[in-house]
Amino acid sequence: MNNEKLIKLRGVSKSYGDETVLCSIDLDIREHEFITLLGPSGCGKTTTLRIIGGFVTPDEGKVYFDGKLINDIPPHKRPVNTVFQKYALFPHLNVFENIAFGLRIKKTPENEIREQVKDMLAMVNLKGFERRRVDSLSGGQQQRVAIARALINKPRILLLDEPLGALDLKLRKDMQVELKRMQRQTGITFIFVTHDQEEALSMSDTIVVMADGKIQQIGTPEKIYNEPENAFVADFIGESNILDGVMLEDFKVRFSGHTFNCVDKNFAPKEKVDIVVRPEDVDVVPLENGMLTGTVSSITFKGDYYEIIVDVQGFKWMLETSDYVAPDAVIGLHIEPEAIHVMKKSEYSGKFGDYSSFSDELEHLADPEEDEE
Amino acid sequence: MNKSSIFQKLAAVPHMVWTVMFIVFPMIFVLFFAFTDDKGQFSFENISSLAQYGHVFVLSIAFALIATVVCLLIGYPLAYFMSKQSPRAQKILMVLVMLPMWCNLLIRTYALMALLDNGGLLNSLLESLGFDKLSIVGTNFGVILGMIYDFLPYMVLPIFTAMTKLDPKYIEASHDLGCNSWQTMTKVVMPLTASGVISGITMVFVPSISTFYISQKLGAGKIDLVGDTIERLFQNPSTYNVGAVISLVMMILIIISVTVMNRFSDDKQSPTKGNGGGFMP
Repeated sequence: MNNEKLIKLRGVSKSYGDETVLCSIDLDIREHEFITLLGPSGCGKTTTLRIIGGFVTPDEGKVYFDGKLINDIPPHKRPVNTVFQKYALFPHLNVFENIAFGLRIKKTPENEIREQVKDMLAMVNLKGFERRRVDSLSGGQQQRVAIARALINKPRILLLDEPLGALDLKLRKDMQVELKRMQRQTGITFIFVTHDQEEALSMSDTIVVMADGKIQQIGTPEKIYNEPENAFVADFIGESNILDGVMLEDFKVRFSGHTFNCVDKNFAPKEKVDIVVRPEDVDVVPLENGMLTGTVSSITFKGDYYEIIVDVQGFKWMLETSDYVAPDAVIGLHIEPEAIHVMKKSEYSGKFGDYSSFSDELEHLADPEEDEE
Repeated sequence: MNKSSIFQKLAAVPHMVWTVMFIVFPMIFVLFFAFTDDKGQFSFENISSLAQYGHVFVLSIAFALIATVVCLLIGYPLAYFMSKQSPRAQKILMVLVMLPMWCNLLIRTYALMALLDNGGLLNSLLESLGFDKLSIVGTNFGVILGMIYDFLPYMVLPIFTAMTKLDPKYIEASHDLGCNSWQTMTKVVMPLTASGVISGITMVFVPSISTFYISQKLGAGKIDLVGDTIERLFQNPSTYNVGAVISLVMMILIIISVTVMNRFSDDKQSPTKGNGGGFMP
């Protein structure tokens, strides 16, 4: 992967009336990478995508493409194509004509069009669908046509606006793999918008976590998961226990009434910090060997592991363990230094990370079906 | 539904009675008169007398076509313009387009006549400004103008409805795929609003071809269209039979034109159904 910056956003802001959607965003996107804008509904990810596509003009800030300022370039002159949230396939055209649309506008010779559409249909596994009406296709098939219609124009960048949102789970998993394959095969830069953190983790080279119109963290999936920048990122990506702690000195942190060894340094003495411990990184040990002790509040069988909620001095931890423990049992908890991640305090401190009111159902309700931006 | 309850059958009765009394019976009368002479004997004589009315049919069709084309040329851009306004402005413009329809067609036509007449408002104004008077009433132009004025809303409204139901995503997609505004118009907006255009054409063409009042008033009795001919023939009991034949031919003409129009709209996907590709989880 080369380090050419294909897209540069500098100080980009956008408001609708009183509502600030984007608040001075800086973002670099390298050529050939699969980058995901991840965040909850209303975080500004779709607006960012639409600014790159040219459908939204930023109030402030600059958008560079390949080093050139493109703020005033209309969408049809940008080497960028989009897979829209609900595909927006043209209902008056069949599959062939939908895919051929961009080439026809460019006045490509008929035999080349036929050739290229055929290749595209092969790539998206829809051979023989040329004459089908788009409204006779399933959601997954429409999705593939939308991708083919965009990719046939050989854009420098493909924008994907929650393209998998309308698909069922099984199909979504398949499409994740296929999208990744198409991205590798074509070498086109993909900018993918989603609110689904699993999707983001499994597909992306780089993840941009957004919330409240700001970028919270940019990094590889591993970095985002293992070293979240703040409580928001830690909570949004995967499950996290987020606790208040104090950094005593380099490699020593105190929380939950115990001093732990850790791998973080360069904090001010006695600096108040947020601690993240992932549920799978806490070991259940006999009471006498525990660094912390707690009472099991609930245990749920999840197939390959048990999810248990443990009350440690009033703070509810979530743990994932392979061994059954009885409810109300008192157990010891052991945490390795590498499992402790120390974060600076942020505006999100104290808002997340306690599982006292946790329920799968609530989590589901909070997961929006689509982004209303 | 394989069996309908008694209630459902009963519910259809008033409509059936209505249809039989006011549609089926009159049609039978028309057919009866068309194929009998004035003594009630079966005859094809009326059919053969059709030939002398050929020019009336040609004129009516020509007038209706011109009015329809002009309505489309005015109505389509107007509907497009309206659909681009804020919801509030759209409502106001809607009311403005519909306002004339709140007034009876005859009264509107009369009013137009008063405006355009030799001693009417327009000509008084022209005269006071030192221009020559325009004679509009009593000309072909006057009649066509009347048709356009009376039936324009029927063109604008269905097109406007189709425009507002057009998902803006299609327009974005078109820009995204390289279309400039004009290409978006011809390759996406026009095909996807074709159903509105078809309705509009039908709704302007059919009343235009059958009108008699507009041609009577704005043609000042000098211009004879099919509608006028039928009206005149039915005023005299001895010419009922010829009138019935002309009515029959007119009905057939309208049925043909509506069928042709429906053919067009069947070929195309209705854009109002296709919002977002039609897939719903």
